Amino acid sequence: MSLATATRSHYTQTIWSLVVRDIRVLVSRWVMFLVRVISQPILIVFVLAYVFPKIGQGIGGNAAAEAKFSTLLVAGVVGISIITQGIQAVALPLVQEFSFTREIEDRVLAPVPIWGVATAKIISGALQALIAALVVFIVSIFIPATTVHLSVNWPLVLTIIPIAAVLSGALGLAIGTIVPPTQVAFIFAIILLPMTFLGAVYYPWTSLGTIPWLKWAVLINPLIYINEGLRAALTTGIPHMNLYGVYGGLIGFFLLLVFIGIRGFKNRVIS
Amino acid sequence: MVAPDLGPQNLAIEVKDLVKTYPGSIAAVRGVSFSIPRGSVYGLLGPNGAGKTTTFGMITTRVIPTSGTVLINGINVVAKPAQAKSFLGVVPQSNTLDRSPSVRENLTFHGRYFGMTSKEARTKADQLLVQFRLQERAAAPVGALSGGMAQRLMVARAVMHSPTILVLDEPTTGLDPQSRLALWEILRELNAAGQTILLSTHYMDEADELCEKIAIMDHGQVLALDTPAALKRSYAKQARISLDLQGADPGLAEMLAEALPGTTIGFVGSQLTISTDDPTDLLPMLVKELVAMDIGYRNLSVRQGSLESVFLALTGRDLRE
Repeated sequence: MSLATATRSHYTQTIWSLVVRDIRVLVSRWVMFLVRVISQPILIVFVLAYVFPKIGQGIGGNAAAEAKFSTLLVAGVVGISIITQGIQAVALPLVQEFSFTREIEDRVLAPVPIWGVATAKIISGALQALIAALVVFIVSIFIPATTVHLSVNWPLVLTIIPIAAVLSGALGLAIGTIVPPTQVAFIFAIILLPMTFLGAVYYPWTSLGTIPWLKWAVLINPLIYINEGLRAALTTGIPHMNLYGVYGGLIGFFLLLVFIGIRGFKNRVIS
Repeated sequence: MVAPDLGPQNLAIEVKDLVKTYPGSIAAVRGVSFSIPRGSVYGLLGPNGAGKTTTFGMITTRVIPTSGTVLINGINVVAKPAQAKSFLGVVPQSNTLDRSPSVRENLTFHGRYFGMTSKEARTKADQLLVQFRLQERAAAPVGALSGGMAQRLMVARAVMHSPTILVLDEPTTGLDPQSRLALWEILRELNAAGQTILLSTHYMDEADELCEKIAIMDHGQVLALDTPAALKRSYAKQARISLDLQGADPGLAEMLAEALPGTTIGFVGSQLTISTDDPTDLLPMLVKELVAMDIGYRNLSVRQGSLESVFLALTGRDLRE
């Protein structure tokens, strides 16, 4: 084995050990993990797709439109749960580990370059996002009052969900390194709320044609590409962004956020 | 893991002309050099703000030097930080234990980061828990540990992967005296087993007690580096005798000065202090004079040159200022 190969496998082992640490912590708190993963999607699906139709306030007006709404909402809540994991599993713990507890220091001293420690954070965020996506997918099919009509396009599902998951991990890393500990509320007010409300969760992005400025402005929101991609992957008959746009947006934002996140991580731990 | 090529040289660490200037501020470290042979215990002694932590930051790859080099096992820490980190065991100034896993897992995860197998990590962790008297707390969360226990766990974690050099930044600051002594004992044991140690402290007695050599730092520079004994010989030659002479005549100081040549005598309140190069001969003479003059004395003490006076001689100020 050459020295370069040995170094690579040694980096891989260390990075994987850092991921295992995060997963181990997650498993030991699996109840809390499940609660935080499903609370928001359950409430969205329950109120919009169960309570609204039951009280005669169903979105769309008739039964067919209500079923269509429940169906398009599946992609939206799965998308929300993926992107929220990035913030809950990576950004919030990082803000704390950088500042009050300095817990990150022992991992920063692990024998890998700093990007390796940052990459481990992205991977563990992505794994948690994948689990969240699966849990929420199941929940969002069974809660609505009307039947949900899904038609799964596996090649799209198996590419879009993993890319969305690593994008979420990278977003969490970027936010976690940028936001100072005194400004955690800022994450919710300025990032999470606008992202989810304007992230094509409750309506397909293409339907924004009547508000052109908004249709283009929301493209800075990575959740748009996740939800549009999931809509293409899980439903038929609901319009979605063209797939070049979806993959381009997902990969573009992933690379941008990895760059910002790793650079931010280095700035936080090296002076 | 690939066995490190240690080469012919016998230095665990070599620090050359190290400088760190933070943007927009004064230089934190201004040209520090020292090298530590394998198996020794070195100390950086200086007040807060002397540049000790910044120097440690550069040694442990966390601070990038403005200029100068740090070699660990001959490996440049700036060029190859990942490799350098594999040789380092670090105990930082504040508690950086992982709050989520248990005490034992803090050790096993650390071992895994450093390439140990699960089995190796578990075996070594159990051995260290016994050695550091933490076995009863193995399954506890780290939040349940006392300050002294947390500090012992930090040291155990740092030596978990058998580092070439153990670096401790003010390891006993904030510890109660008993925990402090316990930690000294652990450091002595580690060193007896061959561990190279570099520690920083602002406690004179700690440096004196533990270190083979001490670098005295102030304002980002090493002012002197030698064994505690040599430092005292060079910079704190004089011993100081002090005694309490209740109700003595102020003119006594002059009379004693005549009787005891080669000394400096001060008399403030009832406190008489005599500085001298050699207290051995002086003491009997002093006592004889006092008896002859029929003057009673109390609380007689002799202090040999201390690191405190070394620091005072080098910097012109007290370490506690």
